[in-house]
Formats: sequence, structure tokens, C-alpha cells
Amino acid sequence: MSEKQEDISELLGRLEKLAKDEQLDLEREITDLKARLVPVQKNREVQPSSAWDRVCLARHVDRPGTLEYISMICDDFMQLHGDRCYGDDPALIGGIGSINGRAITFIGNQKGSNLKENIRRNHGMGHPEGYRKALRLAKQAEKFSRPIVTFIDTSGAYPGLEAEQRGIGEAIARNLKEFSVLKVPVICFIIGEGGSGGALGIGVGDKLYMLENAVYSVISPEGFASILLRDSSKAEQAANTMKITATDLKEFGIIHDIVSEPSGGAHKDPQFVASQIKDIISRDFDILCTKQPSRLVRYRIKKIRGIGHFNGPAGSWWDQLLNIYPLTRALR
Amino acid sequence: MVDFDMKHIVDCPSCKVSIQRQRLEESLYVCPECGYHFRLTPAERIQQIADTDSFLEFAAELTSQNPIELIGYESKLSQNQRKSDLKDAVVVGNCLIDEQAAVLGIMSFQFMGGSMGSVVGEKITQAMLQGADTNTPVILFTASGGARMQEGIFSLMQMAKTSSAAALLEETGTPLFIVITHPTTGGVTASFAMLGDIIMAEPGALIGFAGPRVIEGTIGEKLPKGFQTAEFQLEKGFVDSIVHRKDMRATLAYLLRIHANRGN
Repeated sequence: MSEKQEDISELLGRLEKLAKDEQLDLEREITDLKARLVPVQKNREVQPSSAWDRVCLARHVDRPGTLEYISMICDDFMQLHGDRCYGDDPALIGGIGSINGRAITFIGNQKGSNLKENIRRNHGMGHPEGYRKALRLAKQAEKFSRPIVTFIDTSGAYPGLEAEQRGIGEAIARNLKEFSVLKVPVICFIIGEGGSGGALGIGVGDKLYMLENAVYSVISPEGFASILLRDSSKAEQAANTMKITATDLKEFGIIHDIVSEPSGGAHKDPQFVASQIKDIISRDFDILCTKQPSRLVRYRIKKIRGIGHFNGPAGSWWDQLLNIYPLTRALR
Repeated sequence: MVDFDMKHIVDCPSCKVSIQRQRLEESLYVCPECGYHFRLTPAERIQQIADTDSFLEFAAELTSQNPIELIGYESKLSQNQRKSDLKDAVVVGNCLIDEQAAVLGIMSFQFMGGSMGSVVGEKITQAMLQGADTNTPVILFTASGGARMQEGIFSLMQMAKTSSAAALLEETGTPLFIVITHPTTGGVTASFAMLGDIIMAEPGALIGFAGPRVIEGTIGEKLPKGFQTAEFQLEKGFVDSIVHRKDMRATLAYLLRIHANRGN
């Protein structure tokens, strides 16, 4: 057991005692810590065999996050804060960095690597101002023809009082709409948890990749279990039926490719993962950055437009798209 | 709604007063006492909004598949199809409102909680692209518990799909009018419902991203009264106007009229 993990078990014990003795509501923190301990307690070092194993690895406390990857792949990085409207959301970060002389705008969900930081970063669960900051930085990138990379790692947008008051639904909706017609290339990486609208809110792009042990789902396994299996403790069973792993999503054609992880998970050798991410970014942008913006947008929308399984005709949509986005049209 | 089909007397779920069915029909399924807006079926809504016999449905034949091979989903679908006499949770078509053309989409909460899966996403998208293609204003009535989790990741992707269609609609300068009805939450709120040029809501409608019980679970206390109602969203700036059902047709006709000359 690593030193960090020992800290967690100790902290967990202290928190549980505190909650009991002082009658404090620390359930969220305790559940969070427990979830992060699970993969350590069972088959460490062993390759994950089920979707649930991957859920545990995706949530692992030592798993590298957005800022860690940025620091490993960029020559330089300047973080930019705030949505110019309400405030700065530490759960969703952004800024400009460069890779081999190419300036790139980075946006990503950010969890904490310890309890204190996790509380500050709200466990990576963004508020509306986070999603609005993401859009501000994306529009800024578009203005300066700078490509965009997003790192997705959240269990979801924050389902709280203030998030509702400030319009979390509107903030995510606007991002989905605006990102789908951005005139610069966007590459998205799901590096850990891809939870629902909070993940999709920075997940619309030209290319979508998933780390080998990342998961991407419409609802958390716990949520799925509690609603459809009527028992929230059946999260493991839920995870294994929901088709949320990188392999599943590649089979579905939702993601382009899988970034492999070292044995035991990304945290065992973050550099190994980072160097692959860096290669993908350079390789894809070499191609995507030469494309005409209208062509880029058309193919992005074509991809999104085609997702779905139903019986019956999908309609003659390509002609419609051509009418709306003619290749020659100078985009505003 | 059909659940009181056989009864002559209906109890208002809000103020509990007993109402004669005929009187309720005359008041457009709004409680004459407290103003509670009963849920409508798409057919009832079309009857209230569109010119008589003007509604022409398209994409009517689309039905759901079971993309993540979830046990029980198919039977759930056929059960809901029987119960609601609908193929899925939305009906879309062309219509006239006070002799003006519009593309009209109406969600039904009665079909699996109005949840958005591949069929709903596709039909909403087709409605918006139809509007974009023919430069006809699009009017969408929402009622939904969110993404249809039985379709896994495909349901989440419908949020992106419908939102990108809204972006194309905007590109052509065609208006999108949204009417939010009770209740609209989750993935529909976080996609096309919040992307209207003008967003209206029926009085008292629940509008939010996370459902009230989820939020209560997060914050560990009861929500203040009136939280996430249409009136709350109006105050917070996310809804343009609250429109009573008796004024809905006239309001939509007015909006179509003042957007008739759009300079394109």
C-alpha cells in the first residue's frame, strides 16, 4: 500500500469517528474516500477485468488529472481564470499552453488529489461559471485560430442549489451548441470519469479519445442502480451492464481510439500515458489545423448527427447540411 | 390526459377540488379553481395550438432499438406504446397556426417520462433541420425527465445532436421558440430546451437540470418552496415569459407574425 493510500485509510477512520462523535454530515467525503480505496483493496496490479474495476480505477485518488497531464505534455502553460460574469470555478480549469511551438487552448475538469483540495475543487463537479469559462476560452481560441484540447474527468455537473439558480442546464446547453460549430479543431480526451452532461459540456469536438480505464456514461452506475435496479448498492452490477468502457464506446463508434494505460492504471506511469496523448495531439492537429473551418464544422456535425439507433429512415439530412454550410461559404 | 378518460369527475392534483370533465375540457385542462395546468397528450396540445386539421406529422414511423441490449427495455417500450398510443416520446410535424406555417414538436411525459433517446433526438433534430431547410419557425413543447438511460451513451449524445441542430437553425436565421411544460429536467433542460430564441413556460412548470430529490440529496435539506418552478426561472432570467394555456395559441401566432419578415 502506497503512503498516500495509508493516509486515506487513516483519514477515513478519523472522518468516520468525527462524523459519529460530532454528529456531522460528512457522508459525501466518506463515500468519496471509500470509493477511492476500493481498487487498492482488491486486486491491485492486476489488469481490470470488469467495467466496475475500471470505474474504480477511473475514480482512483492517485489518477493523474487535467493539470498533471498539461504539465507533462506542454512546454509552457498559463492558466486563465473566471467566466467574466460570476466567478472562477476551480472544478473546471483552462488556459493556454504550447506543444512543439503550437499554441493550444486547454480546458478540463479538475478533481483534487487530496481531501482538502477535493473540497476546494468540489470533487471536479463544475458549476455554471465553470462551463461559461470553458466557453469563453473556446471562443477566445476561435478568435485567434488556436486549436482546443479538452480533458474530461468528472462524475457530473454539480447537482446543487446554486448551480440551479445560476442555470447549469443553460450553461451546458450553450456549450453543446457553440462547440458544435466552433471554427477551430477540438480534441477531447476522457481521462477518468466521463459523467453525463457535466462531461459532455466540454466533450463536443472533432476527435474523442478515451483512456483505457476511463468510463463515459449518461448517468453514474450508482444513479443507474438506484433508478433502474431500485437499489443504489447494485452499482457494480449496473456498471457491468451499462456499456461504459472505452472498448464499448469504440465498438459503438462514439470514440475514435483508446489510449493505453500501464498495468494497474494510469497512475502507475503517468508519463507513459502523457506521451501518447502528446503524440495524438500533435498528429491530429497537423491534419485538422489545415482544414477549412466550414469543412471542419460540417464533418463535426455530420458525426454528431449520425449518432443514434432507431428503426426507420433518418431523412435526407446531408443535403440540408450542405445548404446550411456550403463549402464555399465564408464563415462569420 | 387519458388517465381520467372514464371518469366524469376529476380531482385537481394541486387544490384537490372536484371538476367536471366537460368543464375541464372547456378550460383547456386548466383547473378553474387554482389554475393548475394538467398534462396534455400531444393530440390534445395540437388541437389547442394548431389550425384545425392542419397538422401533418413526419418521421412518425421511427421507433427505438435497444442499443446497449438492456434486458427489459423492449417490453418497457411496447408497454409504453400501448399505454400512450404513441411510438415514442415526441410527435413532430408541420402545421399552421392562425394560417402561418410552423414546424411543431410536442413531447409527451406519458411515454417513459418524456425521456430522450435516439428516436426523440432524431425527431427533434429533423424538426429543426426541416425548419432550417424551409426557413420555417420551429416551436417545441418540452416535457421530459431527461436522457433515456436505457439507451446508455446514445441517449447522452442526443443532447449534442439536438443542440448542434439548434446551431444550424440559428445559422439560417430561423426562429426557435421553446415552450417548457411540466416537468422538464435533465438532459432536455441541458440541451435544446434552453436554446430557444424565445423561451416560454406554462405556469408552475418544474424546470431544472437536477431533479429536486437529487438536489435535496446533495445539500441534505429540503428545497425552498417554489424552487425550480417556471416563476423561479423567470426571476433567475432563464425564461422569457410565462404563458397561460388559454393565451398560448394567440401568443405563438403573435410571435410567428412579428417574425414573418426576417430580412432573408
